[in-house]
Amino acid sequence: MRRRTLLALAGVGAGLVLQRVAAQAAPREIEITAQRFHFTPNRIALKAGEPVLLKIRALDFAHGFYIPDIDRRMDLIPGRVVEFAFTPANPGTLHFLCDNFCGDGHEGMDGVFEVSA
Amino acid sequence: MQRRDFLQLAAFGGGAVSIAGLAGCASLKGTPDEFYFVQLSDAHWGFQGAPNPDARGTLPKAVAAVNDLAEPPDFIVFTGDLTHTTDDPTERRRRMTEFKQVIAPLNGRTIHFMPGEHDAALDRGAAFKELFGDTYYRFDHKGVHFMALDNVSDRGTSLGPEQLEWMKAELAKLDPKAPLVVFTHRPLFPLVPKWDWHTRDGAQAIELLMAHENVTVFYGHIHQEHHFQTGHIEHHSARSLMFPLPAPGTAEKPLPIAWDPAAPYRGLGWRGVEVEGAKTSISEHPLNRAAEAKA
Repeated sequence: MRRRTLLALAGVGAGLVLQRVAAQAAPREIEITAQRFHFTPNRIALKAGEPVLLKIRALDFAHGFYIPDIDRRMDLIPGRVVEFAFTPANPGTLHFLCDNFCGDGHEGMDGVFEVSA
Repeated sequence: MQRRDFLQLAAFGGGAVSIAGLAGCASLKGTPDEFYFVQLSDAHWGFQGAPNPDARGTLPKAVAAVNDLAEPPDFIVFTGDLTHTTDDPTERRRRMTEFKQVIAPLNGRTIHFMPGEHDAALDRGAAFKELFGDTYYRFDHKGVHFMALDNVSDRGTSLGPEQLEWMKAELAKLDPKAPLVVFTHRPLFPLVPKWDWHTRDGAQAIELLMAHENVTVFYGHIHQEHHFQTGHIEHHSARSLMFPLPAPGTAEKPLPIAWDPAAPYRGLGWRGVEVEGAKTSISEHPLNRAAEAKA
């Protein structure tokens, strides 16, 4: 087999690998905004086993984003996008909430991930 | 009327009475150093809304009821959310000043103030410190150690490393067998994390307290009586003086329970705590004792 052919095949193989890696590394992106005193959207449908990338933007305050069911939280910085990648393992409901006290209405600033099978 | 009579009457009148911690401190049993204190919590002065049509009248009722006690308590502690939150720093100070005026009839007794997140989170305790003093501190009373913690000035509901270090140093000075009462606003343990009813670094505080044999925690925040135990440490939350909240985890959100015109002030009240040697007795004092006795 000629060297040029070998290189071409190697190139195709590498491309397949890269494509597979790219497929695995490209979770569904979900944009969420945090603004006193609500998240938008605040009910988000997910599938168990499906990787997602949350892109969360606070508009007016250093809100928190806390998912107690998986014990993960992050501080949001107004004007910046904070990313969080995760894969829900099982069907059910995962709650999220603002856990940095942000004023009169903070207690109702929350939402849910509704995870289907 | 003797203090013991007062407590018995409180129990007879519908106030739930439970015996709390401090067990095992035999050295204090039978000593003359018995005393009681009053815990008031979550007055939310400045709140306006349907959950309490008598928002300006409720705290004065509690003040009058405490003043009507036959024997005054040794001290009174307010475990946070003295005022309802506001974005306006001037209004925050106005509410705090007015709160002090409303409770002025209690003057003459020692009062310990603590902040809640409604008082302190938005300005990291600045106004509270101006008007009430330190946000965390320690004192002793008749052989019992008291420690007031601040888990609200940090918007992230943490005590923070500085306060934890202070706590560790203070606890190191105490006899681990001596009774220790801790006041906080938020629960130190994860009561309902999805409602933010916890303290982010509360486990570290509890770990520090575990070395002490007789620890009882009194807190507020959840606007209802609740009793829980972590190891040998007991945690007792108090009622609010503005609106009750749902029982832990029983609603979608921790939002105020609607005012019931047929039973006004239901769920609101304050508490007396008698420290009697080796045990602590809690007497709940509903603002509408008659309605709650009927229920």
